[in-house]
Amino acid sequence: MRRRTNGALVMAAALALVTACSSGGGSGSDAAGGATTWWHNGTQDPLRSVWQRAAIAYEKNHPGAKLDVVPIQNEQFPTKVPLALQSDNPPAVYFNQGGGLLATQAKSGRVADITARTSGWIKELGAAAQGWASDGKQYGVPYASHVVGFWYRKDLFAKAGITKAPATIDELKSAVAALKSAGTVPIALGGKDRWPDAFYYNYFAVRECSVDTLKSSVAKAKFTDQCFTRAGQDVIDLIALKPFQAGFNGTPAQQGTGSSAGMVAAGQAAMELQGDWNPSVMQGLTDDPSYKAELGWFPFPSIAGAAGDPSVALGGGDGFSCTTKQADACADLLKYLTSAEVQTDLIASGAATIPVNPAAEAAIKDPVVKEVFTYNSKASYVQVYFDVALPTAAGQALNDAVANLFAGKGDAGSVAQAVNSAG
Amino acid sequence: MTTLDRTGASRTGASRTGASRTGASRTDARPPGAPGAEPAGRTRRRRTGRRLSVRSRWELALLLTPALVLFVLFVLVSIAAAVYYSFFDWNGFGPPTKLVGFANYTKALADPMFQGALRHNIQFAVLSIVVQLPLTLGLALLLNGRIRGRAALRLIAFTPYVLSEAITAVAWLVMLQPGGAVDEGLRSVGLDGLVHEWLADQDLVLYTLFVVATWKYIGFGIILFLAGLQGVPAELREAAALDGATQWQTTRKVVLPLLGPTIRIWIFLSVIGSLQLFELVWIMTLGGPAGSSATMATYVIDRGFRRYQFGYGSAVAVLLFAVCFVFALLYQRFALRRDSAGALSGRVD
Repeated sequence: MRRRTNGALVMAAALALVTACSSGGGSGSDAAGGATTWWHNGTQDPLRSVWQRAAIAYEKNHPGAKLDVVPIQNEQFPTKVPLALQSDNPPAVYFNQGGGLLATQAKSGRVADITARTSGWIKELGAAAQGWASDGKQYGVPYASHVVGFWYRKDLFAKAGITKAPATIDELKSAVAALKSAGTVPIALGGKDRWPDAFYYNYFAVRECSVDTLKSSVAKAKFTDQCFTRAGQDVIDLIALKPFQAGFNGTPAQQGTGSSAGMVAAGQAAMELQGDWNPSVMQGLTDDPSYKAELGWFPFPSIAGAAGDPSVALGGGDGFSCTTKQADACADLLKYLTSAEVQTDLIASGAATIPVNPAAEAAIKDPVVKEVFTYNSKASYVQVYFDVALPTAAGQALNDAVANLFAGKGDAGSVAQAVNSAG
Repeated sequence: MTTLDRTGASRTGASRTGASRTGASRTDARPPGAPGAEPAGRTRRRRTGRRLSVRSRWELALLLTPALVLFVLFVLVSIAAAVYYSFFDWNGFGPPTKLVGFANYTKALADPMFQGALRHNIQFAVLSIVVQLPLTLGLALLLNGRIRGRAALRLIAFTPYVLSEAITAVAWLVMLQPGGAVDEGLRSVGLDGLVHEWLADQDLVLYTLFVVATWKYIGFGIILFLAGLQGVPAELREAAALDGATQWQTTRKVVLPLLGPTIRIWIFLSVIGSLQLFELVWIMTLGGPAGSSATMATYVIDRGFRRYQFGYGSAVAVLLFAVCFVFALLYQRFALRRDSAGALSGRVD
């Protein structure tokens, strides 16, 4: 009896492990045979195919190497990674977005310090890789950069008599007025998801605060400078103009044709403050590709007299980290993923807009995307989105407090206060 | 969403199906059509108990072991782990080291967000009993009668229950968006005045979610009540009819009292379901805008997996568990006592 119970226990435990390891992909069967497990978030094309091609080419060039590629939905990483970092069988390579969360993950002791393993080639990637370092140690490598700005419809701007993209907040405000009187929804916003709301606060803070203030405040996770309160007031002032579509607090950003991205694609709204990924999101939300010819981009406007440098961008990136399990194999794979070859494939296929390896710049054909790329590479500083840059608890508290502002709750100082009291 | 199911809400999902199975089997056992089964089993076991005991104990142990192991491993251990973590200030990476005692609990109970979430859960449960119960019961009585296309109507009512909650949520999210199918539908029949910001209006969003939940779960209730109605003997209805009772009188004085056990089980499942409400809210609103549709379960996931406050999230999960557990105990003790007493003694009243 005792033996049987033990047997069943072992079986159940083994079952639990097996299901835990292979639940993401279908082919977990030979994961134990020394294969390098690679968790990425490319569950859909074109990214899925790019990583597939990269894996095949990598295995071909590295005889004996075996990759176990597991695409996992983006939303599942927050739950899977902490569990994996506590288990005895974490993936060798896993997706993340750097910043405060990666720094927290690194404290678990399971994330490999790959400073020495990447020192030979990481400089080629420029400043983008800094977001994957903490305390001077490299804990991962980005494969794509991101930047946020206004995507707009040239046809709707023309219809409203707006001849040039707004360069200052005052110009943006008069553009909103002109669009409204032309019967167009000026700005689409996916407020249900909260992070699109946060882009507004983040950018207002980037324009109101000096780079030094931004750096020190994020490092301390304390938003005590008055510029953060002014940013809150800027958000309130913008909302007061009612520039957004009806029901924006319940609108998703990327889900369905009625989402904020879908509205711009369908010409139901004139602009949206979103990341460089927005055109590829729109692609899935309409059958009619005609919007592409009308799509333009401009950076977040400057604020006259404010301390912020108008050439500072808000952005972030996507990348991978290694666990201590197979750090050498992982670093080797990351080197390949940031090589000109794979970076060019990422850009040419449309899976990414801004490569981290400048060698892939030639692959950018779309003139609008080129504009975005140029703005990003000329930026004097790239502030990583606060929810990623700050410790996670503070970052999410910020997103929630901004979402509350958009729902009419809170005042100019409430966002900064939420960050300061998070912990 | 599947990971969330597996981790945070796994208990929700499991217990809901588990509970519904209990509910169904209990109502199945109720009908007086098969009164012999239980007493017969009991007498036989009592009479032949000694001879069979060794073998049947072995069989029992053998058959129960896998289920027991799984139960201990995935239910009891998880609950114990949650209780353990709830005493730590822990971000989920590495082992928990910072012991804080009951600080997580006092913090949760003092947080207006948590209080709001608890209030929304209770509102949902009350709405279920006040609105969903009469509606479900009425439809079940209607579908129990001889009406044209009864089978088709039953199928239609049950279909939403078959859909996963995630699919239901995404479909309704798209339909309820401004300019979505719901608004367009209202406009096309001239009801422009009813068009609302269904998911963006803080005063309305909870009711919108309630309507979607009702749409999804009404079929289950109807099936439950139809099964219960099978147990209402035709003779009693006939006798009532012979005595000159109207249809309404028969329903009120004969059918509903006999349906009592089923109704009590339905209320039990419905309240537990309302307390554990998660997927629908998470997918459709993330608990927003401004927390106006947050529930205890969305609060747990929000603090645990979005803010990486696993110790705090565990404390809230334990609170949620305690609320459900206390309710279940009290309800068993006071509301279901008569039913279960009957079921155990095998007597049919």
